[in-house]
Formats: sequence, C-alpha cells, structure tokens
Amino acid sequence: MAALVLRGVRPYGEAPVDLVVAEGQIVEHAQAGRGYGEVIDADGLIALPGLVDLHAHLREPGKEDAETVLTGSQAAALGGFTAVHAMANTDPVADTAGVVEQVWRLGQRAGLVDVRPVGAVTVGLAGRQLAELGAMAASAASVRVFSDDGQCVFDPLVMRRALEYVRAFDGVIAQHAQEPRLTEGAQMNESVLSGQLGLTGWPAVAEESIIARDVLLAGHTGSRLHVCHVSTAGSVEVIRWAKARGIDVTAEVTPHHLVLTDELVRGYDPLFKVNPPLRSAEDVQALRQGLADGTIDAVATDHAPHAKEAKDCEWSAAAFGMIGLETALSVVIETMVFPGLLDWHGVGDRMSASPARIGRVHGQGQGLDVGAGANVCIVDPQARWEADPALMASKSQNTPYAGRSLPGKVVHVLHAGRPTVLDGRLA
Amino acid sequence: MRHLLSAADLGHDEAVMVMDTASQFGSIADRTVKKLPTLRGRTVVNLFYEDSTRTRISFELAAKRLSADVINFAAKGSSVAKGESLKDTALTLEAMGADAVVIRHGSSGAPHRLAHAGWISGSVINAGDGTHEHPTQALLDAYTMRKALCGGKGDLAGLRVAIVGDILHSRVARSNVLLLRTLGADVTLVAPPTLLPHGVQAWPCRTSMHLDDVLGEVDAIMMLRVQSERMQDSYFPTAHEYSQRYGLDASRLARLADRAIVLHPGPMNRGMEISAVVADSGRAVMVDQVTNGVIVRMAVLYLLLGARGPRDVRPDADMPVSA
Ligand SMILES: [Zn+2]
Repeated sequence: MAALVLRGVRPYGEAPVDLVVAEGQIVEHAQAGRGYGEVIDADGLIALPGLVDLHAHLREPGKEDAETVLTGSQAAALGGFTAVHAMANTDPVADTAGVVEQVWRLGQRAGLVDVRPVGAVTVGLAGRQLAELGAMAASAASVRVFSDDGQCVFDPLVMRRALEYVRAFDGVIAQHAQEPRLTEGAQMNESVLSGQLGLTGWPAVAEESIIARDVLLAGHTGSRLHVCHVSTAGSVEVIRWAKARGIDVTAEVTPHHLVLTDELVRGYDPLFKVNPPLRSAEDVQALRQGLADGTIDAVATDHAPHAKEAKDCEWSAAAFGMIGLETALSVVIETMVFPGLLDWHGVGDRMSASPARIGRVHGQGQGLDVGAGANVCIVDPQARWEADPALMASKSQNTPYAGRSLPGKVVHVLHAGRPTVLDGRLA
Repeated sequence: MRHLLSAADLGHDEAVMVMDTASQFGSIADRTVKKLPTLRGRTVVNLFYEDSTRTRISFELAAKRLSADVINFAAKGSSVAKGESLKDTALTLEAMGADAVVIRHGSSGAPHRLAHAGWISGSVINAGDGTHEHPTQALLDAYTMRKALCGGKGDLAGLRVAIVGDILHSRVARSNVLLLRTLGADVTLVAPPTLLPHGVQAWPCRTSMHLDDVLGEVDAIMMLRVQSERMQDSYFPTAHEYSQRYGLDASRLARLADRAIVLHPGPMNRGMEISAVVADSGRAVMVDQVTNGVIVRMAVLYLLLGARGPRDVRPDADMPVSA
C-alpha cells in the first residue's frame, strides 16, 4: 500500500508537519510540504489520535430499527472514532461467546472502527448469576470490558465475585452505578424542579452510594473497577478519594453531562430524558473539573439510539438515552478546550489513550509518534456546524443538540492507516 | 391564553377573571334554563387516560351548558402499553376537528406535550397529569374559598390556607400552591417529611410537620386523599398512625376558627385523612366544591374558546383574553 501523507497537520495543535502513514503505522513526521506519498490536505488542521469510545449502544442484535453495527460504525467514524465499545444490553444479551463474536464479526465486516464488544457481567443482565466471562474473554472478540449497563450490578456479593473473577484475564467491570430501590420509577434528577414538575426523582445519592461501595470492594479485593457515566459532583468526590487511597478505579463522563442540565426537562421533551439523568449546573462544573484534573479518566458517549416512536410520546413513556457519537468531540471542545480546561494533549488522553488503556484495546490510543498505529482524527477546531439529526449517520435522530451550533468539525479520519472519513464524509 | 396546563399559566387578573366569569355562570346555573349558546358548533373532547368519573362529568356538564358538542374518549394505557400512542390519538382528534381537548393522564407533562408537540391545533386543558398539576381543581377550590370567606369577589389576599396530606403525590397541592399564592393567600403545607417533595423549601409557601400547630391559624383547611397503600413504601408506618398524626377528626375540627372551612378534592378516604364526623359536618364544603367545579370549568372553556373563531388553526396563536 502506498504511503499517505497528512499534509501540514498540527499534531495536538503543535507546529505543522507532514504525517506520513504506511502499512497501518505512522512512519514519519516530515517537514511540512516534504512528505512523500498520496497527499491528504490537512493544512493547519489538528491531528488527534483516533478516538476510542468505552460506551456505546449499537443495538444489534435485536433493535436494528434503532441502530446497527454498520450505521453505528459510520456514526463513530464521522465523529472521529477509530474504536467503539458496543454495550451488552442487546437482544439477545451479549452474555455468551457466541453473541460477542457475532457483534465483533459485524464490526469487522463494517470495517470502519474497531468494534469492541462488551460482555454482560451476569446472565441476561439479571444480576444473579455470572455470565461466561472467561469464554467471552477467550473468544475471537477477546472481551476485556464487562458491564450490565442499563442495569446496576446491585448484589454486593455478585459484584465482589465479578471484580475478582475477571482479574484472571485482565478484565474490568464497568459499573452502571444506580441503586435500584432509590430509583424506582425515577424520571429525572431529584431537585426542586423534579418536585415542581411532578416527575419522580433520581437522587444523586443513588449513584454515589453504589460508587462508594464499589471502590471499597475494589480496594478490598485488589481489583480493577470502572465507573460508567459519572453524573454528580459527589461521585467525583468519591472517586477522587478512592484514587488518593490507591484504589484501582477509573471513570468516564458523557459529553451530555458536561454541557446539559436538568433545566432542559422543564418542557417535558423526551429528547432530554437520559439515564443517569441530566443534573445541575454545579454537577456539570464538578464533572468538567474532574475531567480536567484526571479524576475522571475518559469521555465516553453512552450513544443510545432509539427509534422515533420511543421519543415521540409523553415523558414517562419515553425511552432513556440520546445519541452522541457524532457530536462528542465538538462538545468536549466547547466545554473543555475553549475554556482552557484541557489542551489537545488532554483531549487525546481523555478520548483516546485513557479509554484504550482501560479497555485494553490493542493498536489504539497509541498517540501520534512514529511507530504508533495509524489511527488518526483530523479536526478543524474553528469550523462551526449546526447539528441536524436528519444529516447524521446514526439510524436514530434522538440528539439533544438539534439546531445547536457546535464547534469543531471532524474532517478526516484514518483507521488502521486507511481513510474512513475524508472531507467530513465517509470515504 | 390558549391552553390551561398549569396554575402558573394564570396571572392574578386572569385568575380573578376566571372566578368572576364563573360567578356569572353560577347565577345562570341557578335558573331553570341552564344552557348558553356560547360554544355552539364547537367540539370539546374529554380525553381521559385515567378513570375519573367526577372530573369527566364535571367537564362534560360544563361544555354542554355552553352548547358545545362533547366527545368522551376513554383511552387506556400509553405508547409503552398496548394502546394507541398519545400522538396517534392526538392526530385522530385533530382530524375530527377538536376545538379543545380536556386531558387527564397518568404521566406528568402529558398535557404539555399534547399542547406543544405540534400534533393538534386546539386548546389543551389539563384535567390532572400524573403528580404534576390539576389547575381547574385549584380554580374551583379558590372559587369556593372566595365565596365562603371573601364575599365572593376579588382575590384571596391574606387568607390562610393549610393543605394537609400526601403533598408528594398530589397534583391538587401543586396547582393550589401556585394559584393561591397568585391570589395572595398564605399557604402552609402539612405532611410527614416523607410526603413532602424534595426541594419544597423553594416553593412559595410554608411547610409544617405538625397538624396541631397550624389548626388554630387557618381560615381554610384542605385535606388530601392519602392512600393507605403508601405505607408499603415506608412513607408512614401504619394507616392508624397516619390518621392519629395527620387526620382531621372532631377534636381537631373543634380547634379550628369558627369561620374556617374544610375542603377535600375527593374522593375521600373516610377514617384515614378525614373522619366521617368532619366530612358530614357543616364546616365541610365538598358539595359546594362539586357545584363550583362545573361553573369554573364553564368559565375556563368560555375564556379559552369563546373569543376564538371556530377552528382557529394558527399554531400557537395567542388568544386575547376577554370576558
Ligand atoms: Zn448506563
């Protein structure tokens, strides 16, 4: 394969170079204009390592009307991703080697990003009996991240055993932290507003108490824990405390929890219904700070596509979730880069290196040095664009940003040395 | 005003105007000829997702007394259940030419959604949504208090009102707090802490955990229905303990000021939040509440629909209010 030259690109916003790619690797940082090979114009644009998402719902098998591995991969590529973890709450649930291999093969066939299936922690996400964790780890999909996402692994004994068991193959339990009894019928963040709107509250303590329990369990057993979609200031505090104690815990935050607040629920538009719910402005600030100082390790989309009818209804009947793959980087630029909370190296760490390390994703998150795998996201940080659900690649349109002007446009993406996106379109 | 979704939709003057209009209808209702031609040719749909015969009949009577055509649409479930979705039902009602949809729904915000999702062009009247609001109930309560305690005119400035019981799950309480405050009354919510909503401190009212502390200082006391099943969810230990601490019985009734009245939105749970002796006493105004419910709803329908041409389909065109 001939060499590709990303001409005039600025790695992490630094001085322009020609990034030369061959055989799926970055082979040279040549002087700008001097690289040899097939040229892709990237003059003045910023190069980041290909983004890695720890948390997406690709809905296949079972809900192909909302998303497929192919359409989800397309959305991911257009969002600058080169690897995506596909959550296990499909139908059938990804709780066997057979299902995770099926999802993995669908990802291979789509060929746009590394699709990394997440295995369920318990059979059927029911929280009682461990799923065949070892078989999923040993399968062609080589699962390393296990999660009952959508459900909390609530039983403390099951959680303890799972944390311990996956150590045999360097796995991690990614917990959806939601105390089930405290959130029965919960519809939105418990706040003054939930009381006024008459919507059952989802209190912050229901998240924080599970995280507190889990970090103590992880510390006690010497296991690795990952906390999904941290949404409250208190959760950030608990994780900060745990890390200071040397507990092996990592955490992710979604783009929407970095920018949207529960005030949006006032109009009862189910586009803003998500789990965990949108929180207060104070929570948003604490999450940004936590992401900036590294308490929160990664941004993960929790991309949750839903067919139109699941949102075209009254609030309580609507499904939880919003799509996010195609807007994630823009939201991080708006909330973290522009205010000076993260530089481009920081973005590369939180959206590529850290999630790849947490998920043990080989060939991803290696940065942009010579010798790294050629997974590259080229972004124009100055370009602004208006989010239009009809123009998105995702099969579903439940974006909370419709009509909103967002900064930062993904221009080109290389996945394993091959262009998947050129000039903002699928290659 | 185009819709009535929340008691907060009504400003002071609008709320007084609704009551004044109701008062005029009240004098008509006392006559033998009870029908007015005001809404002839208009279609009012009662879209009820919850069984509430008393509220539906009240709206039905109100619409018929204004000569509107009334369609009762008893819907079941929601888009998650087997039934037709709210959207499809709305589109059907729109195609049938509904000028107003009176909706009762178990989901908080469903009337808001119906009014603003672009599915229908008519007016939406919230007849109770989930644990959110029930604005016409608040209007009839305010009307009843005004008639009994304020000479039947003006607002409720300075009136002291206690609302007692399951505030957390009560749409009646939410609408009453908003409307009574708008009309100048001082409201105290009385409940065990488990049945007060999170963040109630931010509401425009006082709260108390002790019924006995407020009895002597109120002009009107509204007892809310409390379901004894709430004890299964640990809101209180037993029905007996609840009624001991928060129920209105004869001895507590005796401690109310002489002119104070007792309201209840119904249906009553006799022996739980209110004793039979109190419910049947001369201080209880539940029968007046029912009577006033009809004329208040007539006023709401009249003010929302009366000044608009039939099937004014301008989306979100605000109707100038006039009596
Ligand atoms: Zn989750």
